Amino acid sequence: MNGGIELSFSLNGEPQNVMAPPAERLTKLLRERLGKTGTKVGCDAGDCGACTVLVDGDPVCACMMASAQVNGRTVTTIEGLAANGSLSKLQQSMLHHGAAQCGICTPGMIVSAAALLEKTSTPNEDEIMDALGGVLCRCTGYRKIIRAVMDAPEFAEAPQRSNSGAAVGARLNRVDGDAKVKGTELFAADAGFANSLLIRAIRSPYHRAGFRFGDLKSYVSAHPGVECVLTAEDIPGRNLFGVIPPFADQPVFAEQETRFRGEAVAAVVGDTEAIEALDLSNFPVEWEELPHTLLPSDALEETAPQLHENRPGNQMTSGLVRCGDQEAGFRQSAATVKGRFSTGYIEHAYIEPEAGAARRVGNRVEIKVCTQAPYMNRDDIAAILGIAPEQVRIMPTAVGGGFGSKLDLSTHPFLAIAAWKLDRAVRMVYTRPESMASTTKRHPSEITAKIAATQDGKLCAMEFEGIFNTGAYASWGPTVANRVPVHASGPYHIPNYSARSLGVHSNGPVSGAFRGFGVPQSAIAQESLFDELADALAVDRLEFRINNALENGIPTVTGQVFDQGCGAKKCLETLRGRWQSARTNAATFNANSKNTGRRRGVGLSGLWYGCGNTSLPNPSTIRVGLRDNGTLVLFSGAVDIGQGANTVIAQICADAVGLPVEAMVFVNDDTDLTPDAGKTSASRQTFISGKAAFLAGENLREKLLRFANVSNEARLALDGTSLTASEGDATHRIDLASLAIDNEGFVALGEGTFDPPTSPLDENGQGNPYAAFGYGAQMVELEVDEALGTVKLLKLTAVHDVGRAINPTLIEGQIEGGSAQGIGLALMEEFIPGRSENLHDYLIPTIGDVPPIESIILEEPDAFGPYGAKGLGEHVLVATAPAILNAIRDATGATIRNLPATPDKVRSAIVAVQTQQVSDEAG
Amino acid sequence: MGNFSRPTCLDDALRNMENGSWRILAGGTDFYPAQGDRPITENLLDLTAIPELRGISQLDDGWRFGGLTTWSDVIKASLPLAFDGLKAAAREVGSIQIQNSGTIAGNICNASPAADGMPPLLSLSAEVELVSPSGTRRMPLDDFVTGVRSTSCRPDELVRAVHIPAVSTGSRSAFLKLGARRYLVISIAMAAVLIDSNDQGKITRARIAVGSCSPVAQRLIGLEQRLLGESAASGLSELVTGGDISVLNPINDVRASASYRLSAAEELVRRALEEAVRPGVEAS
Ligand SMILES: Cc1cc2nc3c(=O)[nH]c(=O)nc-3n(C[C@H](O)[C@H](O)[C@H](O)COP(=O)(O)OP(=O)(O)OC[C@H]3O[C@@H](n4cnc5c(N)ncnc54)[C@H](O)[C@@H]3O)c2cc1C
Ligand code: FES
Ligand code: FES
Repeated sequence: MNGGIELSFSLNGEPQNVMAPPAERLTKLLRERLGKTGTKVGCDAGDCGACTVLVDGDPVCACMMASAQVNGRTVTTIEGLAANGSLSKLQQSMLHHGAAQCGICTPGMIVSAAALLEKTSTPNEDEIMDALGGVLCRCTGYRKIIRAVMDAPEFAEAPQRSNSGAAVGARLNRVDGDAKVKGTELFAADAGFANSLLIRAIRSPYHRAGFRFGDLKSYVSAHPGVECVLTAEDIPGRNLFGVIPPFADQPVFAEQETRFRGEAVAAVVGDTEAIEALDLSNFPVEWEELPHTLLPSDALEETAPQLHENRPGNQMTSGLVRCGDQEAGFRQSAATVKGRFSTGYIEHAYIEPEAGAARRVGNRVEIKVCTQAPYMNRDDIAAILGIAPEQVRIMPTAVGGGFGSKLDLSTHPFLAIAAWKLDRAVRMVYTRPESMASTTKRHPSEITAKIAATQDGKLCAMEFEGIFNTGAYASWGPTVANRVPVHASGPYHIPNYSARSLGVHSNGPVSGAFRGFGVPQSAIAQESLFDELADALAVDRLEFRINNALENGIPTVTGQVFDQGCGAKKCLETLRGRWQSARTNAATFNANSKNTGRRRGVGLSGLWYGCGNTSLPNPSTIRVGLRDNGTLVLFSGAVDIGQGANTVIAQICADAVGLPVEAMVFVNDDTDLTPDAGKTSASRQTFISGKAAFLAGENLREKLLRFANVSNEARLALDGTSLTASEGDATHRIDLASLAIDNEGFVALGEGTFDPPTSPLDENGQGNPYAAFGYGAQMVELEVDEALGTVKLLKLTAVHDVGRAINPTLIEGQIEGGSAQGIGLALMEEFIPGRSENLHDYLIPTIGDVPPIESIILEEPDAFGPYGAKGLGEHVLVATAPAILNAIRDATGATIRNLPATPDKVRSAIVAVQTQQVSDEAG
Repeated sequence: MGNFSRPTCLDDALRNMENGSWRILAGGTDFYPAQGDRPITENLLDLTAIPELRGISQLDDGWRFGGLTTWSDVIKASLPLAFDGLKAAAREVGSIQIQNSGTIAGNICNASPAADGMPPLLSLSAEVELVSPSGTRRMPLDDFVTGVRSTSCRPDELVRAVHIPAVSTGSRSAFLKLGARRYLVISIAMAAVLIDSNDQGKITRARIAVGSCSPVAQRLIGLEQRLLGESAASGLSELVTGGDISVLNPINDVRASASYRLSAAEELVRRALEEAVRPGVEAS
């Protein structure tokens, strides 16, 4: 199909004539031949809908359409929907409602919604769901998208503005939102350097394998256009990386043996056409499948293959928190419950597969890549190339969802090595199966827990043991091992407590960071057992939790006592009225004989989550400066992966300076241009980088006040190139152009650094691991179809103590999106290596699977956080799954302890209950 | 790299097929995902520009669905109630995007055990019309799909149409699908039902097919026969027994266990029967 055929069609109203291979996917024609990168590719298989375009007005997946099929037809892409560059009502409504978070699904959503709105100007919720059911979103939980589409036809609201000093608390549109709803945002697969070579990796098809290359030289010469094959031998520095330096254990290219399916052994680099024409299954490598383990129970066997020499018994690391006296505690109990729980691998399933581009510039290398941790990436890449960190520049692109996995290296080392070696620009885009096989997952867990309470309903003892399958390499396994014992109590006072965690290597995929670092898994065990304990004591499940909830002045299981900022109890108390009425509604429904076979139930869960690294320093630095032309420049390296850091940090900083967000321009995320704001994880960006932004703003404000010689009471304003400062009746006007500027062109520059105060944990895990926790409680109402075991969620109510809601729209977005991931964890998600490496078999919630969500924002300010704010990003996910499991049990009596609660598991748990009842009656 | 041909009439397509071997391309919704990132090396014969292969028409002896008829075409068509099950299945295929591209012929030729089109088409006693340079032939759908990913379609043949024998205005149908999420989901199990009854409300014909529970969707012939003469009214589902389902032969896989599939299939059959005989459904 060389050169292809001539195609003529109308694209966004303009006639197009283009030569293209007729069977080439339409996505490729649009993106690579015509430069319309607004159409995204998330799977190349029809499963995500990110590639949706309209052909003759009807939505289709461009990734499955032969280019020849658009000949003579009209094609509309996201680029065709903003008339004359100004946003359509639908786009404005999406922006206003915060319906675009990372924005990678947004073009597909908007294009699909536009087709619906052509047909019906007042669509109802069901129609919207049917129209958007084919587009997956992993960030938003869909509810805001539904709202935005409903409001679109009549949308007429002007964007909120952040008058000086009033940005915090305002529902500002995302500062980076326009590009997301227009489809002009550049994600990693959209950004690149001219004349790039393409890289593809050769990966192990076995969980564990030895391998031998054939004749690589003749392979290269037999394939014109292929420049080279890279293997471990081509690595200039060390063939080793890892997010936690003392645990670094992962090679870029395996040597001699691969430790998991999907591990790279080589990469081919060459002209795009030559590389795309390769059938990689013909690459000259011979595999020898070796014995492997996938489960900790097998990996802990004495005879199990050992993954790492320095970690005998495949034990990576362990964690412990212990307080009080276990035995004495259990002796006081009036009721004790225990159970074993398990969860599988969970895939992040962001809609953007990893991608990136790189080039060598003299003795430096520049890498454009989707990442959550530019500075950490920089240091790892420098070591791999054997050069100084300053010789590496990481230039993060927009990130199409990360949720923890994009902290770790993916395409970066391949890009860096190829660009360095060949002195050519290169690019690499993972396929969906490659992304799912090779990048990190949530740790599978096997948890046993035993919890006891006294007659008066007070928790008296808890014992917890969690084994976490960290897969082939350590990644963030140590963090999970540390975090879990600290959190396994939930936000409750437990005087006698012991929690151990163990990270175990297997030949499964690498487990890393995923929203919550093991805490969602431990909360499932703890919160499920709490319901059973309350029932055993015959006390109300909510009151039981309230009775034991943490408050200011009550010690946590690590002995940390907060004298301020603890909202745990208040979150639970907020649910009281709703809990009562939800229970009554469910009971009324269940009592009605018309509803036989359908059972409703209500479930609860509390949650807490420490903001920032566990007992480790994790500083952020932010800068803000005023130029002589009146622009306020915010330098932030706190990567926005869709959660809204760019906007939140701007809002905080603007108020600290006393000038509006609208006056700001942004320099974001570039290791050459922005100071280190740490990684986007551990729910630290609002709390820590936000605080740094606050300090930077204050620092700048002081300097500006000094120019005018006014007190801190003064109101600042920008008027062209003048700064005015008003105090009482007096207004001072300063001509910025008359002031001296520094070598970067600033008349004044503020800088702030914040590192939250924590203390190391002692040998019993006692200490102050976090400067602040965030708290919450969620309630789920659902209906179970008893014969089929299917679960229909009716409503989720989520109360979250966020300290201070910097931007309520963004907070609701986090709650809804995190909860949707919790729904997936509870009901449908499980990654099986080698079997569900695509979004066809690995199911995440669609728009029809997320019920209405009522978000209740509670503000119990934290003394350290900026304007009292705490983190939220991960918290939201913790409570959802346990609340769902508890509601299933409430509805049917069925307990499900091995997740996910798929229809067949729910059904067999119901059968087990019914059988039990029959035998009880018989006996 | 293979050749690509996109003829605009059937004769051209057939002429093409005389030379070399061709892989047929319709909506591409099975073809492209299966292709993955491998380069396309086959010769592709794209049928989507041939108007006579697409669309639904009523003939003297029944209904003709052109092979290239998309699921969206089925949903939009005005059809007798006997086709409600087929329409319900069409609405459950993937998503709107998939329904707009995916075709009936593609669905049956792909021969997935989970093809949503199969149970309703079996319940409608569909026949497949094949055409090749050497002529045409027709065979019952039951004979056409022979196993997982295997059909009676010869390399030089294509599916021209699917024929449904005449349906009576009194025919009622239903289709139910069970998956682990709302949209874009492959069936764990599904059931399609077609019921004809006489003036006395007695069942004169019953066609019941279950999908995703055997290599090829399968009719429950024992149950069909037992329902003859019964009242087409609420309570019909009580006649279903576990034995009716035991002819199925489901597998254990990531989506569900075999035993669950059986119990779900039984429940779906019951519910589909009740839905098909629910009063108040009038021809639209
Ligand atoms: C995300 C996604 C979700 C899906 N969900 C569902 C679902 O819920 N239910 C379901 O049943 N299916 C589903 N499918 C599968 C698919 O969409 C359907 O099977 C569809 O009907 C296939 O039609 P097509 O025209 O796209 O086939 P194509 O991909 O074009 O062809 C499929 C196969 O049939 C052959 N073929 C096509 N037409 C002819 C012909 N006329 N004569 C001879 N051979 C022919 C082709 O050579 C090919 O081997 C899904 C697919 C995707 C990608
Ligand atoms: S890229 Fe086309 S559906 Fe995912
Ligand atoms: S906003 Fe939908 S996937 Fe990120």
